[in-house]
Amino acid sequence: MNLVIMSGPPSSGKTSVILKTIEAIKKRGIKAGVVKFDCLYTDDDILYEKAGIPVKKGLSGSLCPDHFFASNIEEVVRWGKKEGLNLLITESAGLCNRCSPYIKNIKAVCVIDNLSGINTPKKIGPMLKSADIVVITKGDIVSQAEREVFASRVNSVNPQAVIMSVNGLTGQGAFELSTLIYDENSNVETVKGSKLRFPMPSALCSYCLGETRIGEEYQMGNVRKMDIGGENDQH
Amino acid sequence: MISIKELEMKKIKDLEAQYPFIISFFENNKLNVEGFKDSTLIEYLNHFTEEEIEEWAIDIPKIKSDLETYVNQMLQFLGLEKDIVDSITILAGKDKYGNKENFEELTIKKGEIVSIVGPTGSGKSRLLADIEWAANRDTPTGRAILINGEKPDYSIRFSTGNKLVAQLSQNMNFVMDLTVKEFLELHARSRMVEKEEEVISKIIDAANQLAGEKFNPDTPVTGLSGGQSRALMIADTAILSTSPIVLIDEIENAGIDRKRALNLLVNEEKIVLMATHDPSLALMADKRIIIKNGGIHKIIETGPKEKEVLKELERIDKIIGTLRARLRSGDAIDTDTAEIMLS
Repeated sequence: MNLVIMSGPPSSGKTSVILKTIEAIKKRGIKAGVVKFDCLYTDDDILYEKAGIPVKKGLSGSLCPDHFFASNIEEVVRWGKKEGLNLLITESAGLCNRCSPYIKNIKAVCVIDNLSGINTPKKIGPMLKSADIVVITKGDIVSQAEREVFASRVNSVNPQAVIMSVNGLTGQGAFELSTLIYDENSNVETVKGSKLRFPMPSALCSYCLGETRIGEEYQMGNVRKMDIGGENDQH
Repeated sequence: MISIKELEMKKIKDLEAQYPFIISFFENNKLNVEGFKDSTLIEYLNHFTEEEIEEWAIDIPKIKSDLETYVNQMLQFLGLEKDIVDSITILAGKDKYGNKENFEELTIKKGEIVSIVGPTGSGKSRLLADIEWAANRDTPTGRAILINGEKPDYSIRFSTGNKLVAQLSQNMNFVMDLTVKEFLELHARSRMVEKEEEVISKIIDAANQLAGEKFNPDTPVTGLSGGQSRALMIADTAILSTSPIVLIDEIENAGIDRKRALNLLVNEEKIVLMATHDPSLALMADKRIIIKNGGIHKIIETGPKEKEVLKELERIDKIIGTLRARLRSGDAIDTDTAEIMLS
């Protein structure tokens, strides 16, 4: 089974891109399934079901969706094998731009859209920088110049990635993407023992543990203060 | 190939002088080199503390390998004798029912305009995608695309700097909060053009010749009218985009001189493909492709009778344009259309 981890900011077009890509890949007799990770709500599983694609969804609820992903991916892979899939795609929304679900030696695809603004490539961390393929969507509604500038910014933060445009509405580019994500010589039996490409932040503070009160005396663990006066502490 | 080992030993200030594009790599990767100009790259990269590395998600080995790739990509891009695309050739594949397309091959030379007509969903997007991907019998239509009569180097599919195709479509908008001038500067820098000022004023002049209403360089791009936006997009694509092929999805007939717009693209030696439902645009092309059931059904050269009809259509367009301008400026219409043509 091929495993592909797709990630990207909310509403960047991940589901549309996956649907169009699977549509193209099905014609080659490849059986594809999807596991959708989200935080509080998703009905994307219905879209996949409608398209006749085996699907499972996982809502992380009170947990960080990327942490939830890492705790569940092994079981997800087992499900894919049981379903007899040739290709399993996981879809997850990157919410804080700091975590990323990618695993070493597993194909990683980041979906971002032209509408998100040209500084977005700067803002997104490992989710964009360590992807193998970057798919840029919504190119049909911004100018050619903005598309070119956006792609060159993406290239400067991840020069080793394949960068391509896919139109989630018409499917333009989805066939081409499908040729890159499925490799008949690749086979993933298990991800047990595999490693994340980049560690997630160790951000355990009192609010992670359910604290609701505001005020310094309630703050414990990994707490950091903004530098309000004078110099900015950011890089 | 420059290796990262060589780059690591150089001082930041020397790197910036020798490879100016490295500045945007530092910027976009949030590597603040201020105060480290006299340090070598490796000294700079090694100065981060464990805490900073975790805090800001800095991946030093990845930065090193990325930087090596980036510098080599840029050197190649700058040094590249831009391959000039004189023509593209479409070799027939099949329609969605598996029937062979109704032609053998179609060659389109630079400076030529070909329109694409056919009902919605007939396969126009697929044709445009085949061209963009330089299809090699490996897409659902089985078409092949040749460049200058030969199979291209397929690395072109993944190049961000040398894309084969620029696209202009009806739904496009500017989304950046910048003035026209700032916007063009940004684009020019990403293309690394020399003589930035000159190119920018050339684009603004060209756009103003296409637009009914003129705008100035300090206008925010989001404040341009529909016609002005399209004029600017076309002028920018014609002059600043390196892509030799321009795919146009309809140009609405308002606030822009479409004939001039096409001439501008043709004069800049672009190959123009244009999907349209508009008779004037379809007939302005040298040829038109008729798409049916996902395949090319017919290729028709614009005939002499059609050119006559086009003249008539242009006359009607002019009447509409003049009437629009007069109504907008508050005039009452007290002449008939024949007189409008004389005015």
